[in-house]
Amino acid sequence: MYLYPKWIRIWHVLNALLFLILIVTGISMQYTDKQNAAYIVGFSIAVKWHNFAAIVLIINYIIFVTGNLFTKNGRYYRISRQNFISDLMIQLKYYSWGMFKGEKHPFPVTELRKFNPLQKVTYVLAMYVAIPLLIISGFGLLFPEITIKSIFGVSGLILTDILHITMGFFLSIFMIIHIYTCTLGAKPTSLFWGMISGYHRDEH
Amino acid sequence: MFFKFRFIIILALTSISSLTSAGVFRFKSENIKTQDTTSFVSPFEEDNNRCLKCHGQAKYEYTNETLGKQVNALMCSERIVKKSEFYNSNHKSFSCTDCHSEEYVKFPHAGELRMEQKYNCLDCHGGDEKFAQYHFEGIDSAYQQSIHFKLEEEGFTCWKCHNPHTYKISVRNKDNLKETIAYDNAICLNCHSDFNRFQLLTDRAEINLIEKHDWLPNQAAHIANVRCIECHTQINNKIPVSHLIKPKEEAVKLCNECHSQNSILMASLYKFESKEQRQDGFFNGIILNESYVIGANRNEYLNLLSLIIFIGVIGVIAIHIVFRIKKNNKPN
Repeated sequence: MYLYPKWIRIWHVLNALLFLILIVTGISMQYTDKQNAAYIVGFSIAVKWHNFAAIVLIINYIIFVTGNLFTKNGRYYRISRQNFISDLMIQLKYYSWGMFKGEKHPFPVTELRKFNPLQKVTYVLAMYVAIPLLIISGFGLLFPEITIKSIFGVSGLILTDILHITMGFFLSIFMIIHIYTCTLGAKPTSLFWGMISGYHRDEH
Repeated sequence: MFFKFRFIIILALTSISSLTSAGVFRFKSENIKTQDTTSFVSPFEEDNNRCLKCHGQAKYEYTNETLGKQVNALMCSERIVKKSEFYNSNHKSFSCTDCHSEEYVKFPHAGELRMEQKYNCLDCHGGDEKFAQYHFEGIDSAYQQSIHFKLEEEGFTCWKCHNPHTYKISVRNKDNLKETIAYDNAICLNCHSDFNRFQLLTDRAEINLIEKHDWLPNQAAHIANVRCIECHTQINNKIPVSHLIKPKEEAVKLCNECHSQNSILMASLYKFESKEQRQDGFFNGIILNESYVIGANRNEYLNLLSLIIFIGVIGVIAIHIVFRIKKNNKPN
């Protein structure tokens, strides 16, 4: 089944690449000391690449949002309130128990349902909550002069930075889990191939 | 959720209240430290007024006895001492003739008086117990190793940076850090961004400081938040402010020197309170009072929490993999 149109695949591979650059350079800036491993990239190179990748990521993000507004891809992200928690629990139970017992996927991929309930929630949180916060706080750090100097006696830059690194951290964790769950297809590699070819192979 | 919502509000406000610091390059600000007024009355006020009548302003007047005429003339800017600045300075209690020749009371001044030997800091402050806390000898020995000392033959002295008529010691504290930065940077820029003064001591061509520091990301933020001497001097813990200006090739250019857990800013700009190395788990916490330095201000609790979450996630994935392998090995 043809599930991933070309624009989604290009957006996705670019997003993945930018994420990797941003994670490596972000860690370099946050943890760099002359003695430790984060120094491999070096602070000054990390700053340049982080800024560059961030700008490209913002453009890529605008393409993603626009694409979802004007194509049918956006509907995959709509979360219905009906059975919200119970559907999540069913999917969680499948990942932690059912799949080892040989149970069938409770929410198989169809043309109308690309994501299972758990995927939907995490993708919405990542793409429509974490990334916007990451971009806004990133702007505050890129242009520190526009950031509020102090909020209730605490430097506005610290709060902005904590927000930025927290979102960056959660998205890095998201990426690890995302890559791992992509090995849960029919074969460990089939979902990756699907994202390259555009065609989804049924698991069962 | 509420927490996140609050952050959004804060960040939205941030964007609205932007564009407030367009003037970060106001280095050569008016002499900030001398703006406060004091009710100090000099015991030598009357004597000093005789000098300041002409030297206290841009215009002076005298009677040309040969022509029998009243003459108005402009005072050379180098020889103007503003009364308000002088009486706010550390040397306010002196009489002009404590440091300058008594002969100056006569007008017109004798030409050879211009050649008088001027005092240096050490001439008065050297070996004096009262000034021991300022470590004048240490400052002098650092200065003698400084790149500036090489220009002494050309006329470099303490006074090139510290004007004896206006100098007021800037004691750093949490509240005046920004002022101190602007004040200290103005001392350097007084010559280094004013070619008229710069060329008095060197044959070098004019330097464009903004261009020279192009490599600094967020240049304006750096210049407003740290002093030139942070990167251009050798750290010295024995004196309050380092006076050993290094040759330009040796200036700090490695971001990590400041942007790291062992930030050199703690030994320079923030050393006045550097004993408080940590505050609420933040490394180099004292910097947080005024500023934020990426890499230097990480929080040890957040570090630990992120490490625990990371290990937890990897652990769960590892367990999941083990169960998958077990399932695949099981005969159906």
